[in-house]
Amino acid sequence: MVNKGFAKHYYLMLLPGFIWLILFSIVPMFGIVMAFQDYNPGLGILHSEWVGLENFKYMFSLNDSGTILFNTVFIAILKIIGNLLIPLIFALLLNELRINYLKRWIQTIVYLPHFISWVILSGILLDVFGYTGPVNQMLSVFDVKPILFFGRADLFPALVVGSDVWKEFGFNTIIYLAALTSINPALYEAAAIDGASRLQRMKNITIPGIVSAIILLSVLSLGNVLNAGFEQIFNLYNPLVYSSGDIIDTWVYRTGLVNLQFSLATAMGLLKSVVSFLMITISYYLASRFANYRIF
Amino acid sequence: MVKDNTAGSKLFDVFLIIFLVGIALLCILPIWYTLAVSLSDNAAASSGRVGLWPVGFNLSSYKEIMGDSKFFNSFWISIQRVVLGAGLNFVIILLMAYPLSKGNKELPFRNVLMWILVFTMLFNGGLIPWYMTVKSLGLINNIWALVLGSSVPVFSVILVINFFRNLPKELEEAALVDGAGPWRMMIQIFVPLAGPVIATVTLFSIVYHWNEFFNGLVLMSTADHYPLQTYIQQMVVVIDANTMTAEQIQRMSELSNRTLNSAKIFIAMIPVLVVYPFLQRFFITGITLGSVKE
Repeated sequence: MVNKGFAKHYYLMLLPGFIWLILFSIVPMFGIVMAFQDYNPGLGILHSEWVGLENFKYMFSLNDSGTILFNTVFIAILKIIGNLLIPLIFALLLNELRINYLKRWIQTIVYLPHFISWVILSGILLDVFGYTGPVNQMLSVFDVKPILFFGRADLFPALVVGSDVWKEFGFNTIIYLAALTSINPALYEAAAIDGASRLQRMKNITIPGIVSAIILLSVLSLGNVLNAGFEQIFNLYNPLVYSSGDIIDTWVYRTGLVNLQFSLATAMGLLKSVVSFLMITISYYLASRFANYRIF
Repeated sequence: MVKDNTAGSKLFDVFLIIFLVGIALLCILPIWYTLAVSLSDNAAASSGRVGLWPVGFNLSSYKEIMGDSKFFNSFWISIQRVVLGAGLNFVIILLMAYPLSKGNKELPFRNVLMWILVFTMLFNGGLIPWYMTVKSLGLINNIWALVLGSSVPVFSVILVINFFRNLPKELEEAALVDGAGPWRMMIQIFVPLAGPVIATVTLFSIVYHWNEFFNGLVLMSTADHYPLQTYIQQMVVVIDANTMTAEQIQRMSELSNRTLNSAKIFIAMIPVLVVYPFLQRFFITGITLGSVKE
C-alpha cells in the first residue's frame, strides 16, 4: 500500500538533516580545491593562485612524508590485527565461562574503557607510565631504573597499539559474542554424547560457527589502514617521539592549523581521504560479495 | 550448556575464572589508581608512594576544584553541549531514519539520498576545509559550533533505519487503515518500538558530546569557551615543549600537581560512569539488532 501524499511529508522530515549534511560535510568537500592552489587567506579560495600539483610534488619531496606514511600504516596495521585477534580470544574464553552472573559483570567492566575519552585515558596513562607511576614502581622491585615510557620513540608504537587494544577489546567482543549466541546448543550436546572434550568442541563447533563473523570483520577493517587514531596519538605524543609516532592526521593538524600552511595540509588530507575512500569501498564490495553483507 | 565434571575440565574452569577476573581488573585498576591519587597527599603522590590505596587521605584537591571557576565554567559548557547536541542528534536521527526506511516507491529518489548519506560518511574534505567552512559560518567561539560542527551521525542513522526496516509491514498497514498520517505513525508506532536502538544511539551521542575535545580546541579561541575535555587536555595532557629534553619533562611532571590533575580527570569521568550502567544493558541488543540485515 503506497500513499503518494506521504512523500512530501517524508521530504520535510529529511530537510533539516540534509541541510546539516550540506553545511558541515558537503560544503567542506569543495574546499579541497585549496590543495591545488597557493591558498592565501587574504584572497580566499576564489582569488588564490592555482598551482596544479605543486603542493603534492613539494609534499613528496619532504623527508617527513615517508616517515609519517610509514608510521601511519605501521601503527594502523598493528591495531587492526590486535583489535581482531584479542577480542576473538577473549570472546572464546568468555563463552567457556559457566557462571552467568560473573560473565555479565566481566562484560560490563571490560566495555567501560570504550566510553572514556582519550583525553581522560591519556591523563591516566601518562600518570601510570610516568617516572613515579605504578609501572616504574613495580619495575624498581626488579632493580630496573625508571623509564620515561612516553618519551621513548622505540617504545611509543607499542604503547599506542597496546593501549588502544586495551581500550577497545571489550567493545569489539560484542560482535563475536552475538555470533556465538547464534550457534545451536544442540550441536554441543550431540558432540558431548559422542565424547568430544571441551577443547574439541571449541575447535569443531565454536570456531567454525563464527568464522564468517571473523572474515567479515577482517574485510571491513581494511578501510582503516590510514587511520592510526588521531585523538589517541595527539594526546599521548610529544616532540621526543615524532620519529615513530607522527601520523598523517597529527601532521596535518600541525602543518595546517599550527604552522598555517593550509594548502600543504589540505593536499595531505586529500591524499588520505581518497585512499581511505577507495579502501572502504573495496572492502564493502568484498564484504557484500563474499559475506553477503550490506550496510543498509 | 553441557555439564562437564571431569577433573581436567574443573581445573580449566578455575584457571579461566582467575584469568578473566584478572583481565577485568586490568580494565578498572588504572581508573581506581587515579581515584586513589586524587585522594592522597600531594607529596606522597609526587614521590610515587601511592598504590591502590590513598596515602595521607585528604580531600584538599576536591576542595580546590570547588573554588576553580574555570573548571566549573568548562563543566557547564560541556553540560549545555551534551543537552543541546544529543537532543538535536536524537531528533535528526529519527527524522532521517524514518523516511529512509521506506522503499523507493514511497519515497522517490530514496536510493539517491541514501548514497549521498553514505558518501558523506566515507569521504570528507579533511581538517582544513572543514575548519574554514565552520569559520566562514561565523561559529568560532560559539557553543553552536560544538553542537553542530560535526555532521549528522550517519552510522547511528543507519542503525535506526535497519531496525525500522525489520519491523513487520502489517503494523504500518493497520495504522494506515486506522487513519494515521506519517508523523503520527513515526511518533506513536515506530519510535516506541525502537527503544533499545534509540537508547543505543542516544548513548553514543551523549558520550560523543561529553568526550569530544578537538572541536573545542580548534573552534574556540579562548579558554573561556572550552568544554571540559578541552580544558583538561590543555591543563593535564599537553606538554607544550618543542625543544624539551627527557630531563626537563621529568622535572615538569614532578612539579605538576598530580593529586589535583587526578581529581579533575576523575570528576570528568563521573557523568559517563553514572550514565553507563543504565544504558549499557540496551546497547548490546541495540547494536546487534540494528547491524544485522536480513
